[in-house]
Amino acid sequence: MSRNLTRRTFITAGLTTAASASGLGAAVYFADRYGLIPPDHAGILGIGETLTYATQRLLTSGHSLAREFKRSDISKIAPVNGPHPIDEKYRAFLADGFKDWRLSIEGLVARPVSFSLEELKRLSAESHILLHACEEGWSYIAEWTGVRLATVLGLVETRPESRYVVFEPFANPNQSGRVVRVLWDSIDMADAFHPQTLLAYGMNGEDLPLDHGAPVRLRLGRHLGYKNTKYLSRIVLTDRRDYYRKGRGTWYGGI
Amino acid sequence: MIYQPGVEVAVEKASAPRHIAIVRITHWIVVLSVVGLFASGIRILESHPRLYWGETGSVGTESLIDLPIPFIIGPSVWNRPTHFFFAWILVLAGLTYVAGGFVTHHFRHDLLPAKTDLRWNRIAGAVSEHLRWKRRSANAASTYNVVQRLTYLAVVFAVFPGILWTGLAMSFGVTSVFPILATAVGGHQSARTLHFVFVTLLLLFLLVHVLMIWLAGFWSNVRAMITGYIPQGGKAR
Repeated sequence: MSRNLTRRTFITAGLTTAASASGLGAAVYFADRYGLIPPDHAGILGIGETLTYATQRLLTSGHSLAREFKRSDISKIAPVNGPHPIDEKYRAFLADGFKDWRLSIEGLVARPVSFSLEELKRLSAESHILLHACEEGWSYIAEWTGVRLATVLGLVETRPESRYVVFEPFANPNQSGRVVRVLWDSIDMADAFHPQTLLAYGMNGEDLPLDHGAPVRLRLGRHLGYKNTKYLSRIVLTDRRDYYRKGRGTWYGGI
Repeated sequence: MIYQPGVEVAVEKASAPRHIAIVRITHWIVVLSVVGLFASGIRILESHPRLYWGETGSVGTESLIDLPIPFIIGPSVWNRPTHFFFAWILVLAGLTYVAGGFVTHHFRHDLLPAKTDLRWNRIAGAVSEHLRWKRRSANAASTYNVVQRLTYLAVVFAVFPGILWTGLAMSFGVTSVFPILATAVGGHQSARTLHFVFVTLLLLFLLVHVLMIWLAGFWSNVRAMITGYIPQGGKAR
Protein backbone atom coordinates (compact mmCIF):
# COMPACT_ATOMS: atom_id res chain seq x y z
CA MET A 1 0.00 0.00 0.00
CA SER A 2 1.42 3.40 -0.92
CA ARG A 3 2.23 6.22 1.51
CA ASN A 4 -0.41 8.48 -0.05
CA LEU A 5 -3.11 5.98 0.72
CA THR A 6 -1.89 5.58 4.28
CA ARG A 7 -1.96 9.33 4.84
CA ARG A 8 -5.36 9.62 3.22
CA THR A 9 -6.66 6.77 5.35
CA PHE A 10 -5.22 8.46 8.43
CA ILE A 11 -6.82 11.82 7.63
CA THR A 12 -10.16 10.21 6.74
CA ALA A 13 -10.15 8.19 9.95
CA GLY A 14 -9.33 11.31 11.98
CA LEU A 15 -12.06 13.37 10.33
CA THR A 16 -14.57 10.54 10.73
CA THR A 17 -13.73 10.23 14.43
CA ALA A 18 -14.00 14.00 14.96
CA ALA A 19 -17.29 14.15 13.03
CA SER A 20 -18.71 11.17 14.95
CA ALA A 21 -17.70 12.67 18.32
CA SER A 22 -19.19 16.08 17.57
CA GLY A 23 -22.25 14.43 15.99
CA LEU A 24 -22.77 12.34 19.12
CA GLY A 25 -22.28 15.43 21.30
CA ALA A 26 -24.86 17.40 19.28
CA ALA A 27 -27.28 14.44 19.35
CA VAL A 28 -27.00 14.20 23.16
CA TYR A 29 -27.47 17.99 23.50
CA PHE A 30 -30.62 18.05 21.37
CA ALA A 31 -31.98 14.80 22.84
CA ASP A 32 -31.71 16.31 26.31
CA ARG A 33 -33.25 19.60 25.20
CA TYR A 34 -36.27 17.84 23.72
CA GLY A 35 -36.72 15.56 26.73
CA LEU A 36 -35.54 12.36 25.07
CA ILE A 37 -33.16 11.22 27.82
CA PRO A 38 -34.68 9.16 30.64
CA PRO A 39 -33.53 9.70 34.23
CA ASP A 40 -32.01 6.20 34.41
CA HIS A 41 -29.75 6.71 31.37
CA ALA A 42 -26.55 5.83 33.25
CA GLY A 43 -24.57 2.62 32.79
CA ILE A 44 -24.37 0.10 29.98
CA LEU A 45 -28.05 -0.86 30.17
CA GLY A 46 -28.89 2.87 30.25
CA ILE A 47 -27.84 3.02 26.58
CA GLY A 48 -30.67 0.66 25.64
CA GLU A 49 -33.10 2.48 27.95
CA THR A 50 -32.21 5.81 26.37
CA LEU A 51 -32.58 4.48 22.81
CA THR A 52 -35.94 2.92 23.68
CA TYR A 53 -37.25 6.00 25.48
CA ALA A 54 -36.04 8.48 22.83
CA THR A 55 -37.42 6.36 19.96
CA GLN A 56 -40.78 5.85 21.63
CA ARG A 57 -41.06 9.51 22.66
CA LEU A 58 -40.39 10.57 19.04
CA LEU A 59 -42.89 7.95 17.77
CA THR A 60 -45.61 8.76 20.31
CA SER A 61 -45.12 12.55 20.32
CA GLY A 62 -48.72 13.20 19.21
CA HIS A 63 -50.39 11.68 22.29
CA SER A 64 -50.95 8.39 20.51
CA LEU A 65 -53.71 6.40 22.20
CA ALA A 66 -53.40 2.91 23.62
CA ARG A 67 -55.85 0.41 22.16
CA GLU A 68 -59.31 0.48 23.75
CA PHE A 69 -61.60 -2.53 23.98
CA LYS A 70 -65.29 -3.38 24.13
CA ARG A 71 -67.19 -4.02 27.34
CA SER A 72 -67.62 -7.65 26.26
CA ASP A 73 -63.80 -8.00 26.18
CA ILE A 74 -63.47 -7.36 29.94
CA SER A 75 -61.67 -10.29 31.62
CA LYS A 76 -63.31 -12.34 34.36
CA ILE A 77 -59.99 -12.72 36.17
CA ALA A 78 -57.83 -9.67 37.01
CA PRO A 79 -54.74 -10.91 38.87
CA VAL A 80 -52.61 -8.65 41.07
CA ASN A 81 -49.06 -8.62 42.39
CA GLY A 82 -47.91 -7.06 45.60
CA PRO A 83 -49.31 -6.93 49.11
CA HIS A 84 -51.78 -4.52 50.66
CA PRO A 85 -50.33 -1.51 52.51
CA ILE A 86 -49.67 -2.21 56.18
CA ASP A 87 -49.43 1.46 57.09
CA GLU A 88 -51.49 2.30 60.22
CA LYS A 89 -53.01 5.42 58.69
CA TYR A 90 -54.03 3.48 55.59
CA ARG A 91 -55.69 0.77 57.71
CA ALA A 92 -57.70 3.48 59.48
CA PHE A 93 -58.78 5.07 56.17
CA LEU A 94 -59.78 1.66 54.80
CA ALA A 95 -61.83 0.87 57.90
CA ASP A 96 -64.10 3.90 57.46
CA GLY A 97 -64.41 3.78 53.67
CA PHE A 98 -61.71 6.42 52.94
CA LYS A 99 -63.87 9.28 54.29
CA ASP A 100 -60.84 11.02 55.81
CA TRP A 101 -58.39 10.04 53.06
CA ARG A 102 -56.89 12.95 51.09
CA LEU A 103 -54.63 13.02 48.06
CA SER A 104 -52.23 15.94 48.24
CA ILE A 105 -50.65 17.42 45.12
CA GLU A 106 -47.58 19.51 45.83
CA GLY A 107 -44.12 20.42 44.58
CA LEU A 108 -43.73 22.60 41.50
CA VAL A 109 -47.35 23.80 41.39
CA ALA A 110 -48.84 27.29 41.72
CA ARG A 111 -51.59 26.12 44.12
CA PRO A 112 -50.96 22.96 46.16
CA VAL A 113 -54.27 21.21 46.78
CA SER A 114 -55.39 18.12 48.63
CA PHE A 115 -58.47 16.31 47.36
CA SER A 116 -60.85 14.07 49.25
CA LEU A 117 -62.25 11.05 47.39
CA GLU A 118 -65.61 12.86 47.04
CA GLU A 119 -63.90 15.95 45.59
CA LEU A 120 -62.06 13.82 43.02
CA LYS A 121 -65.32 12.10 42.05
CA ARG A 122 -66.99 15.50 41.53
CA LEU A 123 -64.45 16.36 38.80
CA SER A 124 -65.31 15.28 35.26
CA ALA A 125 -65.12 11.50 35.17
CA GLU A 126 -64.28 9.23 32.27
CA SER A 127 -63.86 5.52 31.65
CA HIS A 128 -61.39 3.59 29.51
CA ILE A 129 -61.36 -0.13 28.73
CA LEU A 130 -57.68 -1.02 28.51
CA LEU A 131 -55.32 -3.96 28.41
CA HIS A 132 -53.30 -4.33 31.60
CA ALA A 133 -50.13 -6.40 31.24
CA CYS A 134 -47.54 -7.39 33.82
CA GLU A 135 -43.85 -7.48 32.95
CA GLU A 136 -44.03 -11.17 33.94
CA GLY A 137 -46.19 -11.87 30.89
CA TRP A 138 -49.83 -12.16 31.96
CA SER A 139 -52.54 -9.70 30.97
CA TYR A 140 -56.21 -8.83 31.45
CA ILE A 141 -58.72 -6.28 30.14
CA ALA A 142 -60.63 -4.03 32.56
CA GLU A 143 -62.63 -0.80 32.57
CA TRP A 144 -61.13 1.99 34.66
CA THR A 145 -63.07 5.04 35.82
CA GLY A 146 -61.54 8.20 37.21
CA VAL A 147 -60.46 11.75 36.56
CA ARG A 148 -57.82 12.65 34.01
CA LEU A 149 -54.53 13.50 35.69
CA ALA A 150 -54.34 16.40 33.22
CA THR A 151 -57.56 17.86 34.73
CA VAL A 152 -56.12 17.74 38.24
CA LEU A 153 -52.76 19.15 37.11
CA GLY A 154 -54.67 22.00 35.43
CA LEU A 155 -56.36 22.86 38.74
CA VAL A 156 -53.07 23.01 40.68
CA GLU A 157 -51.27 24.74 37.77
CA THR A 158 -47.99 22.96 37.21
CA ARG A 159 -44.95 25.18 36.85
CA PRO A 160 -43.23 25.05 33.45
CA GLU A 161 -39.98 23.71 34.91
CA SER A 162 -41.72 20.47 36.05
CA ARG A 163 -40.08 17.38 34.59
CA TYR A 164 -41.62 14.45 36.43
CA VAL A 165 -44.79 13.67 38.37
CA VAL A 166 -43.96 11.50 41.39
CA PHE A 167 -46.59 9.12 42.81
CA GLU A 168 -46.23 8.07 46.43
CA PRO A 169 -48.31 5.18 47.74
CA PHE A 170 -48.91 4.17 51.34
CA ALA A 171 -46.22 2.00 52.91
CA ASN A 172 -45.76 -1.55 51.69
CA PRO A 173 -43.67 -4.45 52.90
CA ASN A 174 -40.69 -5.07 50.61
CA GLN A 175 -39.84 -8.37 48.90
CA SER A 176 -38.63 -10.05 52.09
CA GLY A 177 -41.92 -9.05 53.70
CA ARG A 178 -40.24 -7.44 56.72
CA VAL A 179 -38.84 -3.96 56.24
CA VAL A 180 -41.51 -1.39 55.59
CA ARG A 181 -40.71 1.27 53.07
CA VAL A 182 -42.56 3.38 50.56
CA LEU A 183 -41.96 2.40 46.94
CA TRP A 184 -42.71 5.33 44.74
CA ASP A 185 -42.49 5.94 41.00
CA SER A 186 -42.76 8.77 38.52
CA ILE A 187 -43.81 9.55 34.95
CA ASP A 188 -42.73 12.28 32.55
CA MET A 189 -44.94 15.23 31.56
CA ALA A 190 -45.89 13.61 28.21
CA ASP A 191 -47.51 10.73 30.07
CA ALA A 192 -48.88 13.02 32.80
CA PHE A 193 -50.94 15.03 30.27
CA HIS A 194 -51.84 11.99 28.14
CA PRO A 195 -55.64 11.66 27.66
CA GLN A 196 -55.66 8.05 28.93
CA THR A 197 -53.75 8.84 32.13
CA LEU A 198 -56.30 8.57 34.94
CA LEU A 199 -56.42 8.87 38.68
CA ALA A 200 -58.71 5.85 38.80
CA TYR A 201 -61.17 5.27 41.64
CA GLY A 202 -63.41 2.79 39.83
CA MET A 203 -62.86 -0.58 38.16
CA ASN A 204 -65.41 -2.50 36.06
CA GLY A 205 -68.24 -0.25 37.28
CA GLU A 206 -67.47 -0.55 41.01
CA ASP A 207 -65.28 1.22 43.56
CA LEU A 208 -61.59 0.37 43.08
CA PRO A 209 -61.06 -2.88 45.04
CA LEU A 210 -58.44 -3.15 47.80
CA ASP A 211 -56.37 -5.57 45.68
CA HIS A 212 -56.22 -3.06 42.84
CA GLY A 213 -55.11 -0.06 44.89
CA ALA A 214 -58.09 1.47 46.73
CA PRO A 215 -59.07 4.21 46.98
CA VAL A 216 -57.16 5.70 44.01
CA ARG A 217 -54.45 4.39 41.72
CA LEU A 218 -52.65 5.72 38.70
CA ARG A 219 -53.80 4.17 35.41
CA LEU A 220 -51.63 4.72 32.32
CA GLY A 221 -52.60 3.65 28.81
CA ARG A 222 -49.11 3.13 27.40
CA HIS A 223 -47.25 1.36 30.20
CA LEU A 224 -46.82 -2.01 31.84
CA GLY A 225 -48.64 -2.85 35.06
CA TYR A 226 -45.87 -1.94 37.49
CA LYS A 227 -45.93 1.73 36.43
CA ASN A 228 -49.55 2.09 37.59
CA THR A 229 -48.88 3.02 41.23
CA LYS A 230 -51.59 1.81 43.63
CA TYR A 231 -52.80 3.13 47.04
CA LEU A 232 -51.90 6.75 46.29
CA SER A 233 -51.27 9.14 49.14
CA ARG A 234 -49.28 12.00 47.62
CA ILE A 235 -48.37 13.41 44.19
CA VAL A 236 -45.30 15.63 43.82
CA LEU A 237 -44.18 17.61 40.78
CA THR A 238 -40.43 17.92 40.48
CA ASP A 239 -37.61 18.97 38.21
CA ARG A 240 -35.07 16.82 40.06
CA ARG A 241 -33.56 14.15 37.86
CA ASP A 242 -32.34 12.05 40.80
CA TYR A 243 -35.85 11.89 42.27
CA TYR A 244 -37.71 9.60 39.94
CA ARG A 245 -38.09 6.14 41.41
CA LYS A 246 -37.57 4.00 44.44
CA GLY A 247 -38.34 0.38 43.96
CA ARG A 248 -38.15 -2.47 41.54
CA GLY A 249 -37.47 -2.31 37.83
CA THR A 250 -36.40 0.34 35.41
CA TRP A 251 -38.07 3.72 35.09
CA TYR A 252 -39.31 3.33 31.52
CA GLY A 253 -38.47 -0.33 30.99
CA GLY A 254 -39.13 -0.41 27.25
CA ILE A 255 -42.83 -0.71 28.12
CA MET B 1 -5.96 -4.77 -4.92
CA ILE B 2 -3.01 -4.96 -7.27
CA TYR B 3 -2.10 -8.43 -8.47
CA GLN B 4 1.54 -9.18 -7.64
CA PRO B 5 2.81 -12.38 -9.27
CA GLY B 6 5.26 -14.37 -7.24
CA VAL B 7 4.04 -13.15 -3.89
CA GLU B 8 2.17 -16.04 -2.27
CA VAL B 9 0.19 -14.00 0.25
CA ALA B 10 -0.92 -11.47 -2.32
CA VAL B 11 -2.13 -14.25 -4.61
CA GLU B 12 -4.25 -15.71 -1.84
CA LYS B 13 -5.66 -12.32 -0.88
CA ALA B 14 -6.30 -11.40 -4.50
CA SER B 15 -9.03 -14.04 -4.68
CA ALA B 16 -12.46 -12.97 -3.48
CA PRO B 17 -12.98 -13.63 0.24
CA ARG B 18 -15.32 -16.42 1.36
CA HIS B 19 -17.28 -13.87 3.41
CA ILE B 20 -17.18 -10.12 2.81
CA ALA B 21 -16.31 -7.83 5.74
CA ILE B 22 -19.84 -6.60 6.45
CA VAL B 23 -21.11 -10.19 6.69
CA ARG B 24 -18.24 -11.19 9.01
CA ILE B 25 -18.55 -8.21 11.35
CA THR B 26 -22.35 -8.23 11.64
CA HIS B 27 -22.36 -12.05 11.97
CA TRP B 28 -20.39 -11.92 15.23
CA ILE B 29 -22.31 -8.95 16.61
CA VAL B 30 -25.54 -10.86 15.93
CA VAL B 31 -24.06 -13.95 17.66
CA LEU B 32 -23.26 -11.84 20.74
CA SER B 33 -26.71 -10.19 20.83
CA VAL B 34 -28.58 -13.47 20.28
CA VAL B 35 -26.72 -15.04 23.23
CA GLY B 36 -27.61 -12.02 25.41
CA LEU B 37 -31.22 -12.01 24.18
CA PHE B 38 -31.66 -15.72 24.79
CA ALA B 39 -30.10 -15.57 28.28
CA SER B 40 -32.30 -12.63 29.35
CA GLY B 41 -35.37 -13.83 27.41
CA ILE B 42 -35.46 -17.23 29.11
CA ARG B 43 -35.33 -15.43 32.49
CA ILE B 44 -38.32 -13.28 31.49
CA LEU B 45 -40.22 -16.37 30.31
CA GLU B 46 -39.42 -18.17 33.60
CA SER B 47 -41.48 -15.65 35.55
CA HIS B 48 -44.61 -16.82 33.71
CA PRO B 49 -43.96 -20.00 31.67
CA ARG B 50 -47.44 -20.24 30.19
CA LEU B 51 -48.45 -19.13 26.70
CA TYR B 52 -51.89 -17.95 25.58
CA TRP B 53 -53.78 -16.91 22.45
CA GLY B 54 -55.67 -13.62 22.06
CA GLU B 55 -55.28 -10.44 24.11
CA THR B 56 -55.43 -11.76 27.66
CA GLY B 57 -54.21 -14.67 29.73
CA SER B 58 -53.21 -15.36 33.31
CA VAL B 59 -53.15 -18.06 35.95
CA GLY B 60 -56.78 -19.19 36.18
CA THR B 61 -57.49 -18.81 32.46
CA GLU B 62 -57.05 -21.37 29.73
CA SER B 63 -53.53 -21.56 28.31
CA LEU B 64 -52.26 -22.70 24.93
CA ILE B 65 -48.97 -24.17 26.16
CA ASP B 66 -47.79 -24.85 29.71
CA LEU B 67 -44.00 -25.03 29.54
CA PRO B 68 -42.54 -27.69 31.81
CA ILE B 69 -40.49 -25.23 33.88
CA PRO B 70 -41.34 -23.83 37.32
CA PHE B 71 -42.57 -20.28 37.91
CA ILE B 72 -39.73 -18.07 39.22
CA ILE B 73 -41.49 -15.46 41.35
CA GLY B 74 -39.79 -12.09 41.79
CA PRO B 75 -37.41 -12.28 38.81
CA SER B 76 -34.39 -9.98 38.56
CA VAL B 77 -35.37 -6.47 37.54
CA TRP B 78 -32.44 -6.41 35.12
CA ASN B 79 -33.82 -9.11 32.78
CA ARG B 80 -35.92 -6.70 30.76
CA PRO B 81 -33.38 -3.86 30.35
CA THR B 82 -30.75 -6.50 29.44
CA HIS B 83 -33.13 -7.92 26.85
CA PHE B 84 -33.79 -4.49 25.29
CA PHE B 85 -30.08 -3.57 25.37
CA PHE B 86 -29.20 -6.64 23.28
CA ALA B 87 -32.32 -6.14 21.15
CA TRP B 88 -30.98 -2.73 20.11
CA ILE B 89 -27.62 -4.27 19.21
CA LEU B 90 -29.40 -6.96 17.16
CA VAL B 91 -31.61 -4.44 15.36
CA LEU B 92 -28.73 -2.09 14.52
CA ALA B 93 -26.44 -4.93 13.40
CA GLY B 94 -29.30 -6.55 11.48
CA LEU B 95 -30.19 -3.34 9.64
CA THR B 96 -26.50 -2.78 8.82
CA TYR B 97 -26.26 -6.34 7.47
CA VAL B 98 -29.43 -6.08 5.36
CA ALA B 99 -28.50 -2.65 3.97
CA GLY B 100 -24.93 -3.85 3.29
CA GLY B 101 -26.27 -7.08 1.83
CA PHE B 102 -28.24 -5.19 -0.80
CA VAL B 103 -25.49 -2.65 -1.56
CA THR B 104 -22.79 -5.32 -2.02
CA HIS B 105 -25.19 -7.70 -3.87
CA HIS B 106 -24.48 -10.26 -1.14
CA PHE B 107 -28.07 -11.49 -1.21
CA ARG B 108 -28.16 -11.80 -5.00
CA HIS B 109 -24.75 -13.43 -5.34
CA ASP B 110 -24.53 -15.60 -2.24
CA LEU B 111 -28.07 -16.35 -1.08
CA LEU B 112 -30.61 -16.04 -3.91
CA PRO B 113 -30.96 -19.53 -5.41
CA ALA B 114 -30.61 -19.95 -9.16
CA LYS B 115 -33.97 -20.50 -10.89
CA THR B 116 -32.77 -23.88 -12.12
CA ASP B 117 -32.10 -24.94 -8.52
CA LEU B 118 -35.66 -24.19 -7.41
CA ARG B 119 -36.96 -27.61 -8.41
CA TRP B 120 -38.00 -30.29 -5.98
CA ASN B 121 -35.47 -32.82 -7.29
CA ARG B 122 -32.63 -30.31 -6.81
CA ILE B 123 -33.77 -29.45 -3.31
CA ALA B 124 -34.28 -33.13 -2.47
CA GLY B 125 -30.81 -33.86 -3.88
CA ALA B 126 -29.22 -31.25 -1.66
CA VAL B 127 -31.08 -32.53 1.38
CA SER B 128 -30.06 -36.11 0.70
CA GLU B 129 -26.44 -34.98 0.24
CA HIS B 130 -26.63 -33.40 3.69
CA LEU B 131 -28.22 -36.48 5.22
CA ARG B 132 -25.61 -38.84 3.75
CA TRP B 133 -22.81 -36.50 4.93
CA LYS B 134 -21.57 -36.50 1.34
CA ARG B 135 -18.43 -34.42 0.98
CA ARG B 136 -18.68 -31.79 -1.65
CA SER B 137 -15.97 -30.85 -4.09
CA ALA B 138 -13.81 -27.89 -3.11
CA ASN B 139 -15.42 -25.94 -5.92
CA ALA B 140 -18.97 -26.64 -4.80
CA ALA B 141 -18.06 -25.98 -1.16
CA SER B 142 -17.05 -22.41 -1.94
CA THR B 143 -20.68 -21.56 -2.56
CA TYR B 144 -23.98 -22.35 -0.81
CA ASN B 145 -26.30 -25.05 -2.13
CA VAL B 146 -30.01 -24.40 -2.67
CA VAL B 147 -31.10 -25.63 0.78
CA GLN B 148 -28.53 -23.46 2.55
CA ARG B 149 -29.54 -20.45 0.47
CA LEU B 150 -33.26 -20.87 1.22
CA THR B 151 -32.57 -21.44 4.91
CA TYR B 152 -30.38 -18.36 5.30
CA LEU B 153 -32.91 -16.23 3.40
CA ALA B 154 -35.73 -17.51 5.64
CA VAL B 155 -33.73 -16.74 8.79
CA VAL B 156 -32.83 -13.22 7.60
CA PHE B 157 -36.17 -12.24 6.05
CA ALA B 158 -38.74 -14.26 8.03
CA VAL B 159 -37.48 -15.51 11.41
CA PHE B 160 -35.63 -12.39 12.61
CA PRO B 161 -38.34 -9.98 11.34
CA GLY B 162 -40.94 -12.24 13.01
CA ILE B 163 -39.09 -12.02 16.33
CA LEU B 164 -38.82 -8.23 16.00
CA TRP B 165 -42.46 -7.79 14.96
CA THR B 166 -43.88 -9.89 17.81
CA GLY B 167 -41.49 -8.24 20.29
CA LEU B 168 -42.64 -4.75 19.28
CA ALA B 169 -46.28 -5.93 19.33
CA MET B 170 -45.93 -6.45 23.10
CA SER B 171 -44.96 -2.79 23.69
CA PHE B 172 -47.88 -0.53 24.64
CA GLY B 173 -45.99 2.53 23.40
CA VAL B 174 -45.41 0.95 19.98
CA THR B 175 -48.95 -0.42 19.57
CA SER B 176 -50.40 2.99 20.46
CA VAL B 177 -48.84 4.18 17.17
CA PHE B 178 -49.04 0.91 15.18
CA PRO B 179 -51.95 -1.08 16.68
CA ILE B 180 -51.90 -3.39 13.65
CA LEU B 181 -48.67 -4.98 14.94
CA ALA B 182 -50.74 -6.58 17.72
CA THR B 183 -54.14 -6.94 16.05
CA ALA B 184 -52.74 -8.59 12.90
CA VAL B 185 -51.29 -11.48 14.92
CA GLY B 186 -54.37 -11.96 17.11
CA GLY B 187 -53.50 -9.80 20.13
CA HIS B 188 -51.00 -9.12 22.89
CA GLN B 189 -50.78 -12.72 24.17
CA SER B 190 -50.71 -14.15 20.62
CA ALA B 191 -47.72 -11.89 19.92
CA ARG B 192 -45.99 -13.20 23.05
CA THR B 193 -46.68 -16.81 21.99
CA LEU B 194 -45.47 -16.18 18.42
CA HIS B 195 -42.33 -14.47 19.79
CA PHE B 196 -41.61 -17.79 21.50
CA VAL B 197 -42.43 -19.78 18.32
CA PHE B 198 -40.08 -17.67 16.17
CA VAL B 199 -37.31 -17.99 18.78
CA THR B 200 -37.81 -21.76 18.74
CA LEU B 201 -37.38 -21.73 14.95
CA LEU B 202 -34.20 -19.66 15.37
CA LEU B 203 -32.86 -22.14 17.94
CA LEU B 204 -33.60 -25.07 15.60
CA PHE B 205 -31.69 -23.26 12.85
CA LEU B 206 -28.77 -22.55 15.21
CA LEU B 207 -28.65 -26.21 16.25
CA VAL B 208 -28.40 -27.41 12.64
CA HIS B 209 -26.10 -24.51 11.67
CA VAL B 210 -23.55 -25.27 14.41
CA LEU B 211 -23.81 -29.05 13.81
CA MET B 212 -23.12 -28.60 10.09
CA ILE B 213 -20.16 -26.33 10.81
CA TRP B 214 -18.83 -28.85 13.27
CA LEU B 215 -19.05 -31.62 10.66
CA ALA B 216 -17.49 -29.47 7.95
CA GLY B 217 -14.55 -28.46 10.12
CA PHE B 218 -15.32 -26.13 12.97
CA TRP B 219 -12.15 -24.03 13.17
CA SER B 220 -11.65 -23.56 9.44
CA ASN B 221 -15.22 -22.27 9.15
CA VAL B 222 -14.90 -20.04 12.19
CA ARG B 223 -11.63 -18.71 10.77
CA ALA B 224 -13.34 -18.04 7.45
CA MET B 225 -16.05 -16.06 9.23
CA ILE B 226 -13.40 -14.03 11.11
CA THR B 227 -10.69 -13.45 8.49
CA GLY B 228 -12.78 -14.03 5.39
CA TYR B 229 -10.51 -16.77 4.05
CA ILE B 230 -10.65 -20.55 4.31
CA PRO B 231 -7.40 -22.25 5.33
CA GLN B 232 -6.06 -24.71 2.72
CA GLY B 233 -8.03 -27.95 2.63
CA GLY B 234 -10.91 -26.52 4.68
CA LYS B 235 -14.51 -26.65 3.63
CA ALA B 236 -17.08 -23.96 4.05
CA ARG B 237 -20.65 -23.95 5.22
